[in-house]
Amino acid sequence: MKSLIYILAIISVAAVSPARGQTPEEVINKVKEKLDKVNDYEASGTMKMNVSFIKAPVATVKIYYKKPDKLKINNENGISLIPKGSLNISVGHIITNAGKFDMIDLGKEEKTGLRIIKLLPKDENADVVLSTFYIDEAQSLIKKAKTTTKDNGTYELELTYGQYAEYGLADKVIFSFNTKEYKLPKGVTFDYDDGAKKEPDSDQLKNRKGKIELSYSSYLINKGVPDSIFQ
Amino acid sequence: MWPLLQIELYKIFKRPRTFIAFAVIALIIFLIQLALKFGGEEYVGLVMSGLSSTFEAPPGQVLNGYFVCYNILNLLLIHVPILVALIAGDMISGEANMGTLRLLVAKPISRTRLLFVKFTAASIYTILLLIWVAILSLLLSIVLFGTNELFVPRGQEVNIISSHDILWRYAAAFAFATVGLITVAALSFMLSTFADNSIGPIVATVCVIIVFTILTQMQIPFYDNSIKPYLFTTHMLGWKGFFYVKGNEGVTIDGSIENIRAVIKSGLILAGYAAFFLFTGIWYFNRKNILS
Amino acid sequence: MSAIIEVKGLTRNFGEIKAVDDLSFTVTGGEVYGFLGQNGAGKSTTIRMLLTLITPTSGTIEIFGMNLREHRKDILRQVGAMIEKPDLYKYLTAMENLRLFATMSGIKISEKKLMDQLEMVGLAERAHSKIKTYSQGMKQRLGIAVALVHDPRLIILDEPTNGLDPQGIADVRNFILHLSKDQGKTIMVSSHLLGEMELIADSMLIINKGKKVVEGRSDELLNPEKIQVEILTDNTERTRSVIKESLWGQYLLDKDHDSVLLEMQKKNIPELNRMLVEKDVNVISLRPKHSLEDFFLSLTRH
Repeated sequence: MKSLIYILAIISVAAVSPARGQTPEEVINKVKEKLDKVNDYEASGTMKMNVSFIKAPVATVKIYYKKPDKLKINNENGISLIPKGSLNISVGHIITNAGKFDMIDLGKEEKTGLRIIKLLPKDENADVVLSTFYIDEAQSLIKKAKTTTKDNGTYELELTYGQYAEYGLADKVIFSFNTKEYKLPKGVTFDYDDGAKKEPDSDQLKNRKGKIELSYSSYLINKGVPDSIFQ
Repeated sequence: MWPLLQIELYKIFKRPRTFIAFAVIALIIFLIQLALKFGGEEYVGLVMSGLSSTFEAPPGQVLNGYFVCYNILNLLLIHVPILVALIAGDMISGEANMGTLRLLVAKPISRTRLLFVKFTAASIYTILLLIWVAILSLLLSIVLFGTNELFVPRGQEVNIISSHDILWRYAAAFAFATVGLITVAALSFMLSTFADNSIGPIVATVCVIIVFTILTQMQIPFYDNSIKPYLFTTHMLGWKGFFYVKGNEGVTIDGSIENIRAVIKSGLILAGYAAFFLFTGIWYFNRKNILS
Repeated sequence: MSAIIEVKGLTRNFGEIKAVDDLSFTVTGGEVYGFLGQNGAGKSTTIRMLLTLITPTSGTIEIFGMNLREHRKDILRQVGAMIEKPDLYKYLTAMENLRLFATMSGIKISEKKLMDQLEMVGLAERAHSKIKTYSQGMKQRLGIAVALVHDPRLIILDEPTNGLDPQGIADVRNFILHLSKDQGKTIMVSSHLLGEMELIADSMLIINKGKKVVEGRSDELLNPEKIQVEILTDNTERTRSVIKESLWGQYLLDKDHDSVLLEMQKKNIPELNRMLVEKDVNVISLRPKHSLEDFFLSLTRH
């Protein structure tokens, strides 16, 4: 509790600081307002995966979203391998539930001038342990987010905006996450040893970063998305 | 050459035994398809167990005709050699056993030619058997399970191949499997020239394949570097090489093969073994006294 | 006629055993050549060497005046053979078997010709039955048809009557005579029965333990100048004394006391018989014996 009071104290200090202009709550709220304009969307795009032990083609995907937190990625003509839990930790989800978080203002990032805000869940049992947002205040757009969870490690999002910026919808999202070790018993696979280089360090195999790059080509916003899609 | 080959093929396909192999293959493939049709998602779950902690993938997408075919080949190509041995191991010894060999050898055809013709006939049987496997395992699976990208589970990685990049790989894989099975046919055929009854060569071939396959599958470093590279069963798995793809930052490169040189090398080693078995058989048979 | 088969110094060892030992013989064109010997005498090994199934240890074989080693194909094209049991493809029909072996011999033959062949051996009606439904005799006949299908100059038949009933044996015998007399084929027939060969062979070769015992024209071998005649009567003692007192006494042999044995010319047998009847001897039989049969029987006994 003590630390929380301490943090709150910092926030309140930050809030009154004239140099900062807006309070973190104001910043988050503005982002939220922007996102609130979107009730649902259906987006088309491509998904590229970069995980050490996976080789997969670039997928043509359809992404469906519905307020408050329904998200679905469908591979149109392939196998959609999607990192577990990532969907629930979408940016929107946290922003929409901003009330459940305590905010800490860390000021601006020097290089980019982005506002850095940390969010800590009030509920100690929440899966999210800590979330850090890097926000473009002028446009009220989240440019980067880091979320640490209890069960699924740390996720990182990098968002690039284009023509759908007014809705707070990105053109490109790079999603980084931790992967676990992958190994199948040879008895199942009967591998052919083609002499390809084996991974030299098993440690590297265990703690790897996976990356997924989602590029959106078009959004259909607020045209209605049936619930059945999310089943 | 052609009339003689026709005769040999006629002899093969006039025997009920020949069709046992085709029936057995149809039965095995049908059973696998049936099992995957009704319990496929569990099987996919097992194959994807290494991924399931990090990733989600709808089993329905993974379980498609291409995947079913891959798994059928994975299970079947280890056992088809037995069916090949059933015919190839009988080519010479079966005639000896029946008492027709002495009539054949007393005909105005050189023994070398006779053996070439017989081996060609055995090879054609092998190819037909593989075409049968291809029709049932690939075409029928596509009809039953549809198509999608192919999920290739490997020991330490997963390859996903685009739907439009798969068929040529199967064509290549079947061609490779043909070389592998013709090697088995050659082994069986060679043993067949040694014996006067067909059980011996068939059993001997099956034993060789079982022992070699066990050695191939055993993960003991001592064998890995000493004898494994010389076992033809190790190279018979080379058809899978066509499903091991190259990637660029995790993205499958269409039309790529991870290590084409290894696959070609395996193919050449198999062809070398086949030639060795065939010529040893011919050499021996030319010196053999036909006492049967 | 010229020599069709000319074998010189043919030897085949199987380890320590000499299956064929320095065997030489000649088969003349157009004749039926009887190849006699007990089971295991080396007949089959010799025949297999003639058909290139077994390589000789030493010696030469010439067929149609050509060396068998060097002209194997040319020679075998004109040779038809049935070796031991006529084993054919049981799962094929007679017609299919016949066609198959014709093709193997390098000839194309019309369906009608094939049928004629089957007709000749009396199998036309069963032409389209599978061999597994055939009796032993039918298989034997089909085996002969297979040996003949490509119209060979030389026919080699290894024990063609083995396992046949008396009617079947007679059929095969007549067939061989037909091939020889009517079609002018050269036929080499092996057998372990002298009686059978007597009836068909123009020449004979008898071998024992891989070695030649005797070779020659059948009439000379079977009808020498002097033969032994065995007389069986109701009273051996009296018969012997009657003969001793007559002109025939000089021909009497003394070696056997159970029967009366004379060595004499065959043509004089009726005269001897008349004399015995005049002297009131009750003759049961007068049987000419030739030394070849004696010899052959002695082989079979041991």
